[in-house]
Amino acid sequence: MRGRRRLGRGVAVVGAGMSRFGMFGDKDSKHLFAEAFREMLSTVDKGIDPKDIDALYVGNFTNDFFVRQGHWGPIISDLLGHTPKPATRTEGACASSALAFREGVFAIASGFYDVVLVGGVEDMSKRSTEEVTQGLAMAASPYEVKAGFTFPGVFGAIATAYFARYGAKREHLMNVTVKSHNNARLNPKAQFNVSIRDIMNQRIEKAKSKGGPVPSWRDEKEFLRDPGANPVVAWPMHLYDCCPISDGASCVLLVAEEMAKSLTDSALHVVGIGQGSGKGLHAKEDLTYFEATRYAAKEAYDLSGLKPEDIQVAEVHDCFSIAEILHIEDLGFFKPGEGYKAVEEGLTGLSGSKPINTSGGLKCKGHPVGATGTGQIVEIWKQLRGEAGQRQVPIKDLRIGATQSLGGTGGTCTLTILERR
Amino acid sequence: MERKPFNDISYEGFLSEDKLMGSKCQRCGVVSVPPRSICIKCHGSEMEWVEMKGMGKLVAFTCIAIGPPFMIKEGYDRKHPYVSGVVELEEGPKVVARIEGVDGSKPETIRIGTPLRIEFLHRDEGENSVTFLAFRPL
Repeated sequence: MRGRRRLGRGVAVVGAGMSRFGMFGDKDSKHLFAEAFREMLSTVDKGIDPKDIDALYVGNFTNDFFVRQGHWGPIISDLLGHTPKPATRTEGACASSALAFREGVFAIASGFYDVVLVGGVEDMSKRSTEEVTQGLAMAASPYEVKAGFTFPGVFGAIATAYFARYGAKREHLMNVTVKSHNNARLNPKAQFNVSIRDIMNQRIEKAKSKGGPVPSWRDEKEFLRDPGANPVVAWPMHLYDCCPISDGASCVLLVAEEMAKSLTDSALHVVGIGQGSGKGLHAKEDLTYFEATRYAAKEAYDLSGLKPEDIQVAEVHDCFSIAEILHIEDLGFFKPGEGYKAVEEGLTGLSGSKPINTSGGLKCKGHPVGATGTGQIVEIWKQLRGEAGQRQVPIKDLRIGATQSLGGTGGTCTLTILERR
Repeated sequence: MERKPFNDISYEGFLSEDKLMGSKCQRCGVVSVPPRSICIKCHGSEMEWVEMKGMGKLVAFTCIAIGPPFMIKEGYDRKHPYVSGVVELEEGPKVVARIEGVDGSKPETIRIGTPLRIEFLHRDEGENSVTFLAFRPL
């Protein structure tokens, strides 16, 4: 059943590109955005003149802090030769470019613009881990920071609440990690495009060549249980539960639906879009779900007339392994308390009934925070158009995909549903 | 005390006096800690201060090995993790706080539901003085 909200007119995605995500001493924000922009242009099947872009929305969270430079709208506008046309920066912590996407959709749906570029960028690796941790904590509530919480700490606490409620264990989180790495192994743009098995073999080879004691892990879980290989960050979050520090950019071209045919025969139509806001950790009624995600999901499902079971493939905001489990429950893919079982049964794997984070997710693809929201759209763009290569999901008549973003500790959450027609 | 505005500055000031204070909506009775100037249930703005007794139970926790600079300064590191948690107060509201008197390097010994009592950790002097909210098992 459709809700009462409507887009004033239809909006379609006709191009999508991203830089490689990783830690790059020799690439800055402008370099990365240019990489993403060039790839985006190459994906517009019938081509587009950049001069036709009416407006730009760019998501960025912490460049002010990490590279001591703010006001990224005009900087990116100038980079692309877009001035004097408008450029707006959006900030919603790790959901910053998901907000850029949403603002771009509204700008076209209102009838004001016809062609809008939306994207995001983040340059994080030029600072120490301590400084990055401190910078990212700016997205938490002031109370959490003062109580000593870091971001892994917040999600660690959420995990203990989830474990206590539903009987899940740390072992279940490892299933998320193993799956993310298996997918990322097939994604050449991923920061860690290796499986856990690959990492184990590398370590074993290295130990052999050095003549030191050779590790004898029986399987991936034994590797992940080894505190030498997988140290604790904020219990129960260990190194392999956490997304890395990343640099990267991504962008997506949005056009009014009636223009889409002139640019591609395989556009993705924006059928659902939702956004919610949430309280700090202490004020959440329940720590085992995100109210903002549930609200965003309802808004997006109502707008599209679709149900959770209609979503065939999704990218969700797995900044930490436990987050992926909460999201797939909040989006209605699985019942509360059933998400960890679904992962264990392989339902969220590449050939499962509900493939999640085929890109490798934030955990392995990387999480340049401002670039993540539109970066997720890039993956769904590839999947729905059958261009995901080795990691293409084997679903017949693949038409509907979704991306979910989360900013801070659940302060800003979005859901976007795309349909190939 | 009634004159203090219902904001974080007042809240921090009370903490420095070893008091955990919240706001109570005079219209609907909802208690909020830290205080709120607008009631999120009825949107009323008439508030009064109420002091919490400082008893609660642990509802979530984490043992942090890689902490921010101010925790590293207190001597915590990968070998000596500290514990932060969410505590449900006897009066109903929840707060985030440091959890003292538990071993962060043995998370399996820390139990959700553990009854806790409040502690105020005073650090630094003069202009830099700060009070951290903490709880410790009974």
